[in-house]
Amino acid sequence: MTHVVTDNCRGCRYTDCVASCPVACFHVNEVRVYIDPAVCIDCSACIPACPVHAIFEEFDLADDQQHWIRINAEAAQRYPVIRTRLAPLDGADARRQQLGL
Amino acid sequence: MSIPGTEGQPLRVAIVGSGPGGFYAAEALLESGLQVEVDLIERLPVPFGLVRFGVAPDHAKLKSVTAVFTQIAEDPRLRFFGNVELGRDVSVRQLGALYHAVIVATGAAGDRRLGIAGEHLPGVHAAGDFVGWYNGRPECADIQFDLDQEVAVVIGQGNVAIDVCRILASPIDALRRTDIAAHALDALARSRVREIHLVGRRGPVQAKFTPKELRELGALPGWQPRVDPGALVLNDASQAELAMPGFVHAPRNLDILRGFAQAPVEDGRRPLHLHFHRAPVALSGRSRIERIELEAQVLSGEAGAQSATPTGERLSLPAGLVLRSVGYRGTPLPGLPFDLVRGALPHRDGRIVDTGGTVLRGWYATGWIKRGPTGVIGTNRADSVDTVAGLLADLAQLDTLKAGRAGLLAQLSADRRKVIDFAGWRAIAQAEAERGRAGGKPAEKFVRVDDMLEAAVVAGAPRSWERA
Ligand SMILES: Cc1cc2nc3c(=O)[nH]c(=O)nc-3n(C[C@H](O)[C@H](O)[C@H](O)COP(=O)(O)OP(=O)(O)OC[C@H]3O[C@@H](n4cnc5c(N)ncnc54)[C@H](O)[C@@H]3O)c2cc1C
Ligand code: SF4
Ligand code: SF4
Repeated sequence: MTHVVTDNCRGCRYTDCVASCPVACFHVNEVRVYIDPAVCIDCSACIPACPVHAIFEEFDLADDQQHWIRINAEAAQRYPVIRTRLAPLDGADARRQQLGL
Repeated sequence: MSIPGTEGQPLRVAIVGSGPGGFYAAEALLESGLQVEVDLIERLPVPFGLVRFGVAPDHAKLKSVTAVFTQIAEDPRLRFFGNVELGRDVSVRQLGALYHAVIVATGAAGDRRLGIAGEHLPGVHAAGDFVGWYNGRPECADIQFDLDQEVAVVIGQGNVAIDVCRILASPIDALRRTDIAAHALDALARSRVREIHLVGRRGPVQAKFTPKELRELGALPGWQPRVDPGALVLNDASQAELAMPGFVHAPRNLDILRGFAQAPVEDGRRPLHLHFHRAPVALSGRSRIERIELEAQVLSGEAGAQSATPTGERLSLPAGLVLRSVGYRGTPLPGLPFDLVRGALPHRDGRIVDTGGTVLRGWYATGWIKRGPTGVIGTNRADSVDTVAGLLADLAQLDTLKAGRAGLLAQLSADRRKVIDFAGWRAIAQAEAERGRAGGKPAEKFVRVDDMLEAAVVAGAPRSWERA
């Protein structure tokens, strides 16, 4: 089991998830974050922290979202780890409104 | 006079309490880019707070967060002062005089009571004591839980209540491979509990469980969670709450509960009844607890602010063991203000304030003693970062010229206090791992403070009270 960041994490990068992660398992690129399944301890602290509901327990992923498991695992290898909150990207609030959250 | 945190004048901070709040505050200070000297003071000889004494033994993956804490503790600028209690071995006044700043992270492990008749009866306990008992907390090691009883009632609607139900219903072989305390393993192996009731005042949407914990109840071999489908019918406000930000886990919880409610009852499986909209009103029995009286509740009010009121309809259940998990609260620390209503320290943005709202210069709070008993391990990380940000913003206002670590060590050694440093803890941990190996457990915890101290000394590691 692990936790997975899905499509809603795009162009916002609030990174409130990162601030509440006890084990530094988030990795970041220019637009979004990923969770390293080998490091995540399944504490679920990041789920309520994300303002756009982008994070799910692997178990709760819908069938058409399963591909995010592999994407997170691979991207976590490629991008650097992030341990502290970043400034949200420009347009993050607009994206949040667009999602109706 | 230079500001603390610069060359030749390290910022000297004492953090009181070595649970998640304390460790993450230490991490934030160590990463601040300033010259710092961080002393982590812990009343027990062993670190990690509720990660050691709260988190359930069968949740080993969660407990592995201690690897992160260990990394923080390995920073040479940090020193662990185990077996040193604020209020017993060092006072608020003394710490304030020794350090530029003190961060209080003492947690909130005290329990709230139900306040109903019969609560004093033998067989009625705080769930927190049961948790402390199975996790080897020294204060709880001698409590007797009567597991000859057939019916256990757990009161509460959070993950702690679920942990307690799960441990009561776990196959003993699954627990044998954990670091559960030996006395608890023995008692649970002989347990005769064959029926469990989990009772909560509010509805399935307001319950504070996380889906992961709830789902685990459905995976207990030999047990079957049972839910009355009627309890899952939502009023309009609860329906609206499903989409509200404070209720992220509710939709998943509801799905899981519906699954439980729809499953056909299997005779061979012991029942784990999940009751919603029911509150205990009386406990009774001749010389010990025998029955619990529940009163039906109805929710009313606006979405997000519903409250439960009794309907008058009652249900009486036999009960041989009652464990209440209706909230935790912090304990006041002599010399510091306290908010008795919240059961936590009064603060503004992490700065401790007195009853008049005036900031106590140099005193900060983080973790459960700041926020009250809510949030998981990671919640304390974001919280400690906030508190430390406040501290760093106050640097220019802090008193200068503090003796810090050298002063504390001098005082503790004058008092001949045994101080356990991190090497001492490693010796304890190693001894516990060795004790566990024989029985195939990851660790066999010491449950007496004296045994912990002895393990630290025998391994030759600390003797820090002599070295100091
Ligand atoms: C039963 C239970 C199960 C839990 N399970 C989970 C879980 O599965 N997953 C999860 O993410 N979260 C879980 N939590 C929540 C998590 O444990 C807390 O969020 C977290 O431990 C709070 O951290 P803290 O540092 O504020 O307090 P604590 O962890 O309580 O640490 C406080 C520390 O301060 C020390 N201390 C107290 N008074 C003094 C004093 N006067 N002087 C010196 N030291 C002192 C204590 O000994 C303790 O080590 C659980 C909580 C409980 C109660
Ligand atoms: S908080 Fe949510 S949206 Fe923001 S970076 Fe984290 S996962 Fe992405
Ligand atoms: S579940 Fe916990 S450990 Fe895993 S990514 Fe989220 S916060 Fe980090």
